[in-house]
Amino acid sequence: MAKVLLDVRELTTKYVTRFREDVYAVDHVSLKVEEGKSLGIAGESGCGKSTLALSLMGYYFAPLHYMSGEIIIDGRKITGMDPDDIRKSVLGKEIAYIPQAAMNALNPTRKVINFIEDVIQVHDYGATKKEIYDRARSLFEHVGLPAEVLQKYPVELSGGMKQRTVIAIAVLLSPKVLIADEPSSALDVTSQKMVIKMLMQLMEDGFIGSLIFITHELPLLYNVTDDIMVMYAGQIVERGTAREVVFDPLHPYAKGLMGSIIVPEEGLRSVKLTAIPGVPPNLKNPPMGCRFADRCKYVMPECRVTSVALRDIGGGRMYRCVLSEAELREAYKNG
Amino acid sequence: MAEERKVCLSGTGLTKVFGLGRHKTVAVDHVDFNFYEGEVVSIVGESGSGKTTLAKMLLGLINPTEGEIYFQGQKRDISTHKKRREYWKNIQAIFQDPFSSYNIFNKIDTVLLDCIHMRGGRNLPRAKKVEMMAQACSFVNLKFEELTNKYPFELSGGQMQRLMIARIFLLMPKILVADEPTSMIDACSRATILDMLMQLRSEIGMTIIFITHDIGLAYYVSDSVYIMEHGKFVESGSADDVILHPKAPYTKRLISDVPKIYEEWDLSTV
Repeated sequence: MAKVLLDVRELTTKYVTRFREDVYAVDHVSLKVEEGKSLGIAGESGCGKSTLALSLMGYYFAPLHYMSGEIIIDGRKITGMDPDDIRKSVLGKEIAYIPQAAMNALNPTRKVINFIEDVIQVHDYGATKKEIYDRARSLFEHVGLPAEVLQKYPVELSGGMKQRTVIAIAVLLSPKVLIADEPSSALDVTSQKMVIKMLMQLMEDGFIGSLIFITHELPLLYNVTDDIMVMYAGQIVERGTAREVVFDPLHPYAKGLMGSIIVPEEGLRSVKLTAIPGVPPNLKNPPMGCRFADRCKYVMPECRVTSVALRDIGGGRMYRCVLSEAELREAYKNG
Repeated sequence: MAEERKVCLSGTGLTKVFGLGRHKTVAVDHVDFNFYEGEVVSIVGESGSGKTTLAKMLLGLINPTEGEIYFQGQKRDISTHKKRREYWKNIQAIFQDPFSSYNIFNKIDTVLLDCIHMRGGRNLPRAKKVEMMAQACSFVNLKFEELTNKYPFELSGGQMQRLMIARIFLLMPKILVADEPTSMIDACSRATILDMLMQLRSEIGMTIIFITHDIGLAYYVSDSVYIMEHGKFVESGSADDVILHPKAPYTKRLISDVPKIYEEWDLSTV
């Protein structure tokens, strides 16, 4: 069995709003990522994907607050550590994060290399400029970015190039876990493919131990990651291998998501896209029972009263519904 | 069959050049097109291929350097402010970024009222106007009662984009230019927006010019597809022809770049 690099147990984090209301955006989330594996997180906007990404780093700042749970990276528990220690010794080295608007993460007034120097010196005090330059140059060349990029200002680079530069900077310290939060959503398809190829290459060559990929584009997740986890209203509603989740979703929400896939393949035009009606619940006071109940086609009275636990049906497959596997399949067959 | 269809908007030798001399950039390079009435046309290309420039020229927001645009067989004339407003009654747009499409000082009522006024409904009784606005909102699954006295920025991205469609519903233009209307919206609301556009087309019978970089989306919505590379159309034809049997190498590349689920996605071609 491969080494578990990231082990998250019952992690709960909340936002505190201006009016002192608690919003539990990540609610008892447990996940494990093994070395050399990638995990995809899917879900619509506002379901807590990005908050989960932020929470996984163990570095919290207002309005995000840690509530309970454990994060263990490669055997080392990082929850409860001193924030300053986390910043210096965990972020970047153990776990790195590429934010959603990564293109804007570069400092517009500094050359890329100067930016890299600043970043590296926080984590690796004492590294000389020469060392940093050599390290950056060799990595950039390895991933197919021209070394001239280092001497340029961000405005001189195209969107796709900026994105790849940010990824290269994020992996400069060889993190064990890389969290990519919608790294390609602002790019066109060709640049997107370059970014994906780069991530895959980094995984293969051992620059990163494992990858957590967050997006709402299911075809992309299917091609990139080994496992897919579907989130809804701060909770995990389904988890399985990419193939299982895309072709044989169990939870009604996951099923609904699959209805919105658009791929340029024969037969697409004859399929009618189905959207899930309604909006996600307000997490300030989430519904008592199943959080998806209001939008679910197969809702029953008991869904609204009892909270539903995540069912493990073996082989890493999990889903959160009161109906059993057989009942769900039966329901889907009848439409 | 093709002869019976009426040409709604066409262009010959349309060119746009930005800059002068050494800094010259040819954004759109002598393109010819015929968009027929009631069809959904997609213009597909990667960033920087000149899609948006072309859309702006069609809308009359920028003037072409060369070439002519014909609207319903007649040469388009937007030389004066009055004529331009007249033209805009026939052509409207939905833009990529719903957050910057609205005047932030105007409330949603004002946004919708403006549309009614533009269609000549200025002298209608107030109750009738409210009814029209409510109808437009219900068409896009929004509740008008909840929207009155709100500002556009109080809505979510998907809601704003739907409000944009409500505007189109009130304006009933002949042509709608949709410039990447779904690229800033997540995959789940995308289906809703697309469905509404299609419904709008069948109800009003307008031509939709759909601009996108996602060839899968283009294939799903459109009747005919134009593929644009560096300001030129490299391939055009019906959606099935172009996307299932692409001829131009550029089209083939675009298709191979989109992640698929039934076929292998080849990463080595980048």
